[in-house]
Amino acid sequence: MSGTGDNVTVAVPRGALMKGSLDLLERAGYDVQEVRENDRKLYFEDQGLITMRPSDVVTYVERGVADIGIVGKDVLMEQSDRDVYELVDLDFGGCSMIVAVPEAQASTSDAASRRRGTLRIATKYPRLTERYFASTGRQAELIEVKGSVELAAIAGLADAIVDLTATGATLKENGLVISEQIADCTARLIANPGAYRLKSAAIDDVAAQLRAITAARGD
Amino acid sequence: MNGPKPNAPAFAAGSVALATPVPTGSRDVLPEEMAELREIERGVLEAFLSAGYGEVATPAFEYDETMRLAGPETARNAYRVTDKNGEVLVARFDCTIPIARLAASRFRSAEPPLRFCYLQSVLRPVEPKRGQSREYVQIGMELMGLPAPEGDAEAIVLLVKVLKAAGLTDFKIAVGDARFFTDSLDSANASLTPERRTAILYELQTRDLVGLRRELAATGGFDDAQRDELVGLAAARGGREVLDRHAADRLRQLDDLLRDAGVDDRVIYDLGLVRSLDYYTGAVLEVFVPSDGFALGGGGRYDELAGKFGRDLAACGFALNMERLHLAVLAEREAAK
Repeated sequence: MSGTGDNVTVAVPRGALMKGSLDLLERAGYDVQEVRENDRKLYFEDQGLITMRPSDVVTYVERGVADIGIVGKDVLMEQSDRDVYELVDLDFGGCSMIVAVPEAQASTSDAASRRRGTLRIATKYPRLTERYFASTGRQAELIEVKGSVELAAIAGLADAIVDLTATGATLKENGLVISEQIADCTARLIANPGAYRLKSAAIDDVAAQLRAITAARGD
Repeated sequence: MNGPKPNAPAFAAGSVALATPVPTGSRDVLPEEMAELREIERGVLEAFLSAGYGEVATPAFEYDETMRLAGPETARNAYRVTDKNGEVLVARFDCTIPIARLAASRFRSAEPPLRFCYLQSVLRPVEPKRGQSREYVQIGMELMGLPAPEGDAEAIVLLVKVLKAAGLTDFKIAVGDARFFTDSLDSANASLTPERRTAILYELQTRDLVGLRRELAATGGFDDAQRDELVGLAAARGGREVLDRHAADRLRQLDDLLRDAGVDDRVIYDLGLVRSLDYYTGAVLEVFVPSDGFALGGGGRYDELAGKFGRDLAACGFALNMERLHLAVLAEREAAK
């Protein structure tokens, strides 16, 4: 069972991390041609690749449907109770998890929070946000939204937002400014705990290749 | 939240609402599945009994105070109620702690080793929509009064026998040492502060090797070679060579015994293996099969647990999740067709 002859199935995130993921996997020996060419197909059994929405990667890997996966640290932080191994920082897709407030209220929001004792925070990352505010000794009323989070702050649904930003352009466009930096998030290689043992040699091999490619690129 | 909603609209014309739902994470077992479960249980219990293990059962509720003796983290996720005297009771969420209590109190002067097996359900709060079970049946054993490595070897040899008795052929047992990483960390860096130590071990416990590298790099008192060695051993899995490379002496002694017993081919040593329960003090193990992403069960050595109930007994044991074991057996049968 364990050995270098094992096929390691990879959960690949669609969206912002997809191109970077496929480039890396290609250099590690995966045949990614069909995935690049076919935007509608999801499951590439012969190539050992499964594509999915980024936030589902952890689910597929935890349950062992995929042996390993590529996922943003933001998703891992939000789903921190999942039982997966985090193996390699792949050092691409860099983003920041931030707190942002409307520019006009940037100077007054602290005072507002002192008066009310609690801040209304809109986010797609409720668990991470709850932990962050608790760990910094503040109370926050969480409002979970599914779509553009910026809207919540500018339309008055919330006092502030917690979200992921790459360049800050969307924030700026919507009159928001970053008030706190929570974490830097890059793409990570994760593994299922069972596969991590049963296919240890093959998984270590892929991880070592990806680590080497990442390190060479960083130099 | 998920209780009966008498007047809930049907999803579509012709769909029938399940008249009385059961809570999330719970389910019924119907005759066909029950018959298969019973067959597996019989095989496993027979293997336990013929190895000299006596079956015991413990109460569905224990005093919370009793269960908390096992450790601050261990009893965190559990159901609690108060009885009419205001005593806090906790629903059985683990079988090892009550059996350690049973052994220390009911077998206070019995000649060790003591051998117990059990087949009983445990209850744990679940995260919704994760396919977790609120209630599941554990089948397992505890061997008390036989220290490492002999006790661990007996347990692992029996585990192999039990899995075969259940009908499984393709399985591996990951074996680690709950204190090996900590010991290595402490001997590499004598000036480690408790805060730094906690931060480093947290990354190991949460299986975050990226975080482990980061925290080690952020901690003074190591050189790079020592940091690499620690990361390397946290990720070290394999056969005997892994134990030799990292001088894991306790596990080497265990491996010698497992080789003599001819079961070393079932074992994958894993020096970074940690278990979520905090009563483990030595060898720890988890059972894996190719058909399931989750472990079928696990266990380990807990030399300090029975002492908290009044009798020092070096002990070890394991438990298997019956539902996962059953699914693994079915998956193998299906694959063989």
